[in-house]
Amino acid sequence: MTPAFIEPVVDWFYLVPLLVVLGAGVVGVLIEAFVPDRVRRDVQLWLALAALAGGLVAVVLQWDDINGAIADQSVVQVLGGSLVLTPATLLIQGALLVIATLALIVIADRSSGNDAFAPTAAAIPGSDYEEIARRRGLVQTEVFPLFLFSVGGMLLFPAAGDLLTMFIALEVLSFPLYVLSGMARHRRLLSQEASLKYFLLGAFSSALFLFGMALVYGFAGTLELRFIANAIITGTGLEGMDMVLVTGLVLMIAGLLFKVGAVPFHQWTPDVYAGAPTPITGFMAACTKMAAFGAVLRVVYWTVPFTGKEIFDAFTAGMWTIAIATMVLGSVVAVVQHDIKRVLAYSSIAHAGFILVGVTALSYEAIPATIFYLGAYGLATVGAFAIVHLVRETSTVHGDDALILGEATHLSQWAGLARRSPWLAGAFTLFLLSFAGIPLTAGFIGKFTVFSAAVAAGDWPLALVGVLASAVAVFFYVRIVVLMYFVAPADEAAARTTTDTPAVDATDGSAPEHWDTPEAGVGLRLATAPARAAAGVQVLRGGAGIRVVVALCALGTIALGVFPGPVLDLVAEATKFIP
Amino acid sequence: MEITNYLVLAAILFAIGCATVLLRRSAIIVFMGIELMLNATNLAFVTFARMHGDLSGQVIAFFVMVVAAAEVVVGLAIIVAIFRTRKSASVDDVNLLKG
Repeated sequence: MTPAFIEPVVDWFYLVPLLVVLGAGVVGVLIEAFVPDRVRRDVQLWLALAALAGGLVAVVLQWDDINGAIADQSVVQVLGGSLVLTPATLLIQGALLVIATLALIVIADRSSGNDAFAPTAAAIPGSDYEEIARRRGLVQTEVFPLFLFSVGGMLLFPAAGDLLTMFIALEVLSFPLYVLSGMARHRRLLSQEASLKYFLLGAFSSALFLFGMALVYGFAGTLELRFIANAIITGTGLEGMDMVLVTGLVLMIAGLLFKVGAVPFHQWTPDVYAGAPTPITGFMAACTKMAAFGAVLRVVYWTVPFTGKEIFDAFTAGMWTIAIATMVLGSVVAVVQHDIKRVLAYSSIAHAGFILVGVTALSYEAIPATIFYLGAYGLATVGAFAIVHLVRETSTVHGDDALILGEATHLSQWAGLARRSPWLAGAFTLFLLSFAGIPLTAGFIGKFTVFSAAVAAGDWPLALVGVLASAVAVFFYVRIVVLMYFVAPADEAAARTTTDTPAVDATDGSAPEHWDTPEAGVGLRLATAPARAAAGVQVLRGGAGIRVVVALCALGTIALGVFPGPVLDLVAEATKFIP
Repeated sequence: MEITNYLVLAAILFAIGCATVLLRRSAIIVFMGIELMLNATNLAFVTFARMHGDLSGQVIAFFVMVVAAAEVVVGLAIIVAIFRTRKSASVDDVNLLKG
């Protein structure tokens, strides 16, 4: 007798956001193959935007249902518990979709006349084939489906209810990012290198995560997080095998911390952020962090509080160490960087540390604080990288017909940015202040809520280290502000001091004289020391899309900083139960 | 034979894979180390599934194989692109990004 076939129950309604985004990714692959060259890019872009908007609408529509379920002391389980939807999950998904939309507009930006992506990423850099592709004006639009797949994985990651789903989500979000970071149009060698580093270390960390999963499964005999929690509470796991559970959890958390770039798993961050195409860096920094911290919250809150006192204390000690090391290293090493993208990368490491303070607090006040922080950080990050994307090197110093090259990332090239483009410099200043946590910006509210949650949970030394690290961080953020506002642009100053030699030679190699002028203090000279042999710098005006993105990010940063009340209430209301 | 022996074997294979990733220079060999780690994990999953009399561990093994295959596609593409550019697949030679 064959056993009766039990039809699985599928709540399609709850799957809509995922299906829309991933489905649009699949359609995008078909579009790549079948739609003619002329319209392909527009079709892809609008499809991607529509998919993100559709996903956001679906998430909003689910809000009442999910909240209703929480009010009844239950959570919504989809596909037999593979997905567990809580208000916190929906909130993370909604914020992710909003920030991903902003990032998508930056990715699609063509202010320099070209995409940020290589016409043929598979061609050897500098080869004839690449040259032909460039001259023909080939356009690569695979970035849009890849982007959508990645966003799909990110939506799934914090919603996963069992470990297998979580692992698949991790891989679905990572693989497209490995490829995307290798596709920069300019500085292709660096981009390929970033891709290789990200791939090897990312695959290594997911292998660690997987082995951790295997050990946790071995302890509990189940993959679903709620049953794992049960097994820990009731002690029905393997007898005398607590070490298996602990090792498994440690490996899993290590794999997740790699994705958020926490010390000691941070080494890839600066290299990959610097090498990847700038719009992708912005997307990666904001959205991966959000999704990965969502998953960290879920794993930690669903397992650790139920373990015995000994394990719990050891875990707390470990997380304290990691959080402190991450905050301190991120803030201190950023001080000696010369490259704007690397500064932002180390700043992102420091932010991972601040968010970890919230995670470590393990209290229900800390969850909304963490989510709010992620949103505030995401807005400022997308905006900041959009501006980095607009500050470009040119082939010659002066003249309107100069070729626009890659991003001018060396800090010395940012000198006097306010004179070239006051609005962009103003917006960038705002984002830096938000990163630094200056009052009236979203970053301040984020830091304040996270640290007060930590203090309330009794982690005041952690909050103290956080405040000190923020103080160090203020130094290098303000240094960039001073550089933009109070130092003359390098080529202008060079043209002033050297009359008969071209300015290109003056900035090439040895430091021009203006660096010794009194207006450039020690910190500034440190920042501008070894200049890359560079030509002129041009700040692109930017198309309508990217200007709107920068404006929205700036407005959001101010709005969340000045009137955080409604959003904080919303987040607190949503997360009073479980992540 | 004692079933925990398989777990010990899985742990040893995983450690060998880990060491390969951390110590070897060639990107291809590093990549093989990662594959070894994934397959060691598969062995652990299947063994635990047997111990618990639960099928989901065996199901995972299939998922992991699919993921590993996808990883080969992405990884080899990246490594080949780097190799064609630099005529070297050594991870020591990828050192343009630093600071």
